[in-house]
Amino acid sequence: MASIEVGGQTIELDEEGYLIDLGSWTPEIGTALAKEEDVELTDEHWDIINFLREYYEEYQIAPAVRVLTKAVGKRLGKAKGNSKYLYSLFPYGPGKQACKYAGLPKPTGCV
Amino acid sequence: MATKKFMFVNRKAPYGTVYALESLEVVLISAAFDQDVSLAFIDDGVYQITKGQDTTTIGQKNFSKAYKALGDYDISKLYVEKESLAERGLTQDDLMDLVWEDEDDDWAEKSSIIIVSREEMAAIMAEQEVTLSF
Repeated sequence: MASIEVGGQTIELDEEGYLIDLGSWTPEIGTALAKEEDVELTDEHWDIINFLREYYEEYQIAPAVRVLTKAVGKRLGKAKGNSKYLYSLFPYGPGKQACKYAGLPKPTGCV
Repeated sequence: MATKKFMFVNRKAPYGTVYALESLEVVLISAAFDQDVSLAFIDDGVYQITKGQDTTTIGQKNFSKAYKALGDYDISKLYVEKESLAERGLTQDDLMDLVWEDEDDDWAEKSSIIIVSREEMAAIMAEQEVTLSF
């Protein structure tokens, strides 16, 4: 099984690099998961990651990209609520990539 | 792609079998394809959207909150059969407040729950092009 070392602890990941134990997530793990893919997380990334975690907390699902885009637009303003902006932050797909760093499962319906 | 009328029919209690969760997942996936999606809750299926579900003692994830996200997915037609509620001693007050936001009406929150009689439900089902039963 895949895993990653964070602060001396071994964190287990599934075959696609998502956390096995969603409850074990910390911001440090998020940073480490991003680093694995050569991504340096900025405040803009964290806005989206934190938003996803709140959404998951409330609805128990990771939203589809379309839903994420609409919701971000409502919360953080139109300038950020579009797929161009979200893809500029998460080029592998805002759902897939941001959910991974946020320690959430891959969004339902995401291939 | 042409839009079709899809209905997902839910007849089973939320826990004990995997039908309710599987149905919900397919519903969320189908929303990505821009179809005209509605849900029906019949028989024990009405329990899927009741308030105050607590799964702590059965060791399963309480996924009932996910129904509240359906509005975000533009799924705003949840037909609930009146007779099924009555047979279980339930009323609309026992169901979660499931709403959608109307973009054309200044994002006003509107209820997604539509209580229909058995007869009306049959007519609505007859209008569907694709019906998936869980």
